[in-house]
Amino acid sequence: MISFFSAKEQSALPGFRITLGYAVLYLSLIVLIPLSAAFLKTATMTWPAFVHAVTSPRVLASYRLTFGASLIAALINTFFGLLIAWVLVRYRFPFKKIIDASVDLPFALPTAVAGIALAAIYAPNGWIGRWLELWNGSYLCKSLGTGSHALLGKLSTWTGGHSLPAFLPSDFTIKAAYSPLGVLIALTFIGLPFVVRTVQPVLEDLEQELEEAAGSLGANRWQTFRRVLLPPLYPSLLTGFTLAFARALGEYGSVVFISGNMPMHTEITPLLIITKLEQYDYAGATAIAVVMLVTSFALLLVINLLQKWSLQKLRGR
Amino acid sequence: MAGSISRLNRSTTARRVTQDPAWVRWILITVALGFLGLFLFVPMAAVFAEGLRRGFGPYFDSFCNPDAIAAIRLTLLVAVISVPFNLVFGVAASWAIAKFQFPGKSLLITLIDLPFAVSPVISGLIFVLLFGLQGWFGPWLYEHDLKIIFAVPGIVLATIFITFPFVARELIPLMQSQGNDEEYAALTLGANGWQTFRRVTLPNIKWGLFYGVILCNARAMGEFGAVSVVSGHIRGKTNTIPLHVEILYNEYNFVAAFAVASLLTLLALVTLALKSFVESRSHRIQRYES
Repeated sequence: MISFFSAKEQSALPGFRITLGYAVLYLSLIVLIPLSAAFLKTATMTWPAFVHAVTSPRVLASYRLTFGASLIAALINTFFGLLIAWVLVRYRFPFKKIIDASVDLPFALPTAVAGIALAAIYAPNGWIGRWLELWNGSYLCKSLGTGSHALLGKLSTWTGGHSLPAFLPSDFTIKAAYSPLGVLIALTFIGLPFVVRTVQPVLEDLEQELEEAAGSLGANRWQTFRRVLLPPLYPSLLTGFTLAFARALGEYGSVVFISGNMPMHTEITPLLIITKLEQYDYAGATAIAVVMLVTSFALLLVINLLQKWSLQKLRGR
Repeated sequence: MAGSISRLNRSTTARRVTQDPAWVRWILITVALGFLGLFLFVPMAAVFAEGLRRGFGPYFDSFCNPDAIAAIRLTLLVAVISVPFNLVFGVAASWAIAKFQFPGKSLLITLIDLPFAVSPVISGLIFVLLFGLQGWFGPWLYEHDLKIIFAVPGIVLATIFITFPFVARELIPLMQSQGNDEEYAALTLGANGWQTFRRVTLPNIKWGLFYGVILCNARAMGEFGAVSVVSGHIRGKTNTIPLHVEILYNEYNFVAAFAVASLLTLLALVTLALKSFVESRSHRIQRYES
């Protein structure tokens, strides 16, 4: 209470106590109390029951898929996000403004719409899924035509005498929708803006002098990029990566339509929570939710530290 | 004279050293646009193409369905309730945080961002734990014949939770960068607190406020995961537009599903257009002031 009065002394503006009081009350009612309900609910479980609920094989399979696909999606987004940010900051091309604005589409587009759109495109009869479906073993043999046998023979000698089908079975197809690849596609979509939007402002503020100096000292473009331009971008790249990863972990709407939701195979953790709820297994659902919440909060902490780091780095220069 | 020549030389060499060769530029632009095309433009085009697959008749029929109208009405209702709640909170929180010094301030800022870190599904789950039949207040609500879960209040609560940080997040850095000087001037000239806020602070933050509100609104209308947990999917009663899309899709009624989805896509496009309009506007103001 004493500190509140001293705060009032510092600033002569009115309304401190009422606005802060309202903000804290509203925050508690809407966010803190409901969130604590999840933790209190699991506190009523016994420890073995909790461990059993969060480590059953089906749950473990969902963690593997969710964490694995989120990690790969965040890596893809880090690479392409840097590339897109670079292109948007450095080059000029038609419709640049519209393309720049559209990078935020995954933020603005409802996840359910993204989900059904991606499912429609990557389904076996969809615009892109159709072509992926064609890309299979029997198609390869057919397209290679009559010479294929000779070629296959040659190939089998390259592969160390093994017959080719061992490496490329004739029923081999790339299935995008209703497979883990579909989950990856959806998570890549929703994480797309993060790296672009964290890297872009830093790239805009980079001083040209450093590049000129590197160039005039005899570095080629690639060396300049790797040694001069890339290091100042590391904090923002890492922040963008973590944001995309954290977002992907909890994502539900865009994934459930394209993944097929097969237990042990393409079932993500948020979906498993809903499944448990629908079976009235509230304790089980909440236990998994608590594991995810703790992970998310740890990531939030990492993001905050990263942002402090990048601020320090920017100010230090 | 000598100075201008050396500057001229410097700028021409600089252009050569800091510019990538044309082939690198074209490859990078092609790869970037290809990636964006594959992940953004093709899905967006697919929504409209699938919705219009059987022509304009069935497309527009999808909106005349009573369940679709009920879903649109509910979505508007939820947005109209939840956006003002978070607007008032955002203004109050950013006033306290930006204009005053107090202990625990950075913790408060972190806590405001918390809902962004929570999975939408869990955002719904926590309200089920509170107000569901097995929840803390469940028995009490049941006795008094009040329904929150599987009814409109639950949908509103989950939406408020999901969209909680949007306005505050835009306003806090904006108000912090503006400082208190103009407000002090107004107070010295005899304005009261409310007048100071309305005549001095509000005009300064109006674009940031608008920006926060459009993002908040887009998310409120499009939220799927959290709402899906608390709604109960009762047709014509507790289905928002995204949930209506899901039901149509799962019934293999693809034309209607994509037609209704195209409505949400249009909302997203309008949001993006407004967003870049506000951004260009505030950039111009910043440039003018500096």
